[in-house]
Amino acid sequence: MSATAVEDAPMLSPADITETQPPPTRAGSSRSPFCRAAGLSLAALARLLSGASVRWIASQPDTCQRVYFANHTSHLDALVVWSSLPQSIREVTRPVAAKDYWSRGFVRRWLAEEVFDAILIDRTDIKVHQSPVDMMLREAGHSHSLIVFPEGGRSVTGEIGEFKSGLYYLAKKRPDIELIPVHIDNLNRVLPRGEFLPVPLLSCISFGPPLWLERGEAKLDFLARARRAVLALKE
Amino acid sequence: MNDNRTIALVAGVLALLTVATVVGQFLKRHPDRGLDPAAIRTFNNRLRGWWILCTVLAAAFWLGTTATVVLFGLVSFWALREFITLTPTRKGDHRALFWVFFLFTPLHYVLVGLNRYDIFSVFLPVYATLFVLARVAFAGDYKRFLERTAKIQAGLVVCVYCLSFAPALLQIPIEGTANADRSGNFRLLFFLILLVQFADCMQYVWSRMLGQRLVASAVSSNRTWEGLLGSATSTALLAAALWWAAPPFQLWQATLAGLVIAVMGFAGGMTMSAIKRDRGVKDYGTLVVGHGGVLDRIDSMCFAAPVFYHITLLVTGVKPG
Repeated sequence: MSATAVEDAPMLSPADITETQPPPTRAGSSRSPFCRAAGLSLAALARLLSGASVRWIASQPDTCQRVYFANHTSHLDALVVWSSLPQSIREVTRPVAAKDYWSRGFVRRWLAEEVFDAILIDRTDIKVHQSPVDMMLREAGHSHSLIVFPEGGRSVTGEIGEFKSGLYYLAKKRPDIELIPVHIDNLNRVLPRGEFLPVPLLSCISFGPPLWLERGEAKLDFLARARRAVLALKE
Repeated sequence: MNDNRTIALVAGVLALLTVATVVGQFLKRHPDRGLDPAAIRTFNNRLRGWWILCTVLAAAFWLGTTATVVLFGLVSFWALREFITLTPTRKGDHRALFWVFFLFTPLHYVLVGLNRYDIFSVFLPVYATLFVLARVAFAGDYKRFLERTAKIQAGLVVCVYCLSFAPALLQIPIEGTANADRSGNFRLLFFLILLVQFADCMQYVWSRMLGQRLVASAVSSNRTWEGLLGSATSTALLAAALWWAAPPFQLWQATLAGLVIAVMGFAGGMTMSAIKRDRGVKDYGTLVVGHGGVLDRIDSMCFAAPVFYHITLLVTGVKPG
């Protein structure tokens, strides 16, 4: 599937066209060797600490442009999903994370900006003309993949909550991007909400087969289907 | 480690593994012998596991006592990870678990390494237990309190406390051996590991060949009374044949130790099967696909190690510590 330019996307509403800007030139390769080394060792450390076993179910790792969407249970989620991808894919994959958490303090900001190359979304101040979805697509350009958590926040009970509509708009504006469901198991026990010291239990990250928005599929139907795709990976 | 007995033991093990590998590869190449190909594959997989085990052990032994204690500490840590991952815990257990993993487990192995038997023999069963009970109570969640604390305690005792008696064997002073390099102690530890592995294997073989009466069909569908008897007898015989390698033992003591190791190993396997059945899983981990977890490999060892340690103390008549 070729990368369709945003302007050519068939289901684009006229309001969106004014938002489109040229893709950013900043790529993962421009990072300093130190940050790349930090990224490598951090990925290794995260995998060791979370004991994550990675499974690809009816799916293969690929550097094509994708959106990985996962259930959200812990602050470690973005880091662990990112580090469970092969290194060549990690280079082109940017987690989408909450600005209020990841821009606090020097270490977190450095990690988010320089190591994971994260896209930080301001959850408290969402403007109509600067919607998070547009910002994600602009930052992703035509080469980067994204890691998103469509629940919009960490689950309190451990159950997977309803998905917010962002994933639907992502799929609608860029129908060429593969949407890969990801299920994160047990990580909420490694670092539950409200705790800051991890317990080194074993977690499991499962990647599922890609899905796309069907022609004429309603928003709620699509979101329910996407949520079921994540749930299905739980076994 | 250059005395004759050690050389004989190493040479014997190497020869046995080599012969078994040759046989395994031969059977793999000639599948028309009327043998079950699945059984041959299991046999070859197991063999690979033993090669790895022997290599890692040889490296640790060569590096010395501290390296061996650290190796067992890492194995305990990983086994405890698998154990707690499989048992449901609540959020109120989180802080207790943090200290269990990062304070109690490492500190226990430090005490083992320092040969402080007086402290390490009570550190986990008494002090860690009291801590876990109190810490979970302080966390304010009383739901199924005894059940939750008992799970953490069982994990600590089986995966950490019991297993640590294996490297603790290295600290027992043995008369009549060159104590400087503790080669006698390393042989004793290897004697234990070898017999535990052999008993596991024999249990499987005898159960397949003669197995009729299951011990507990709901818990394990392949552990039979015939397997237990056969394994106990064969292990006792192997122990008798190898009695010269385990320094403090006389022939009858080594034979008895072999018998006890087989029975304890069987009990360990049954116990872990019961836990796995309750949780509805087949293996404890996914470290290497198709090989089960670390805990599946060491369950018999965890049960046999403390008993063997205390038998050795009895035989040598040393006061530990």
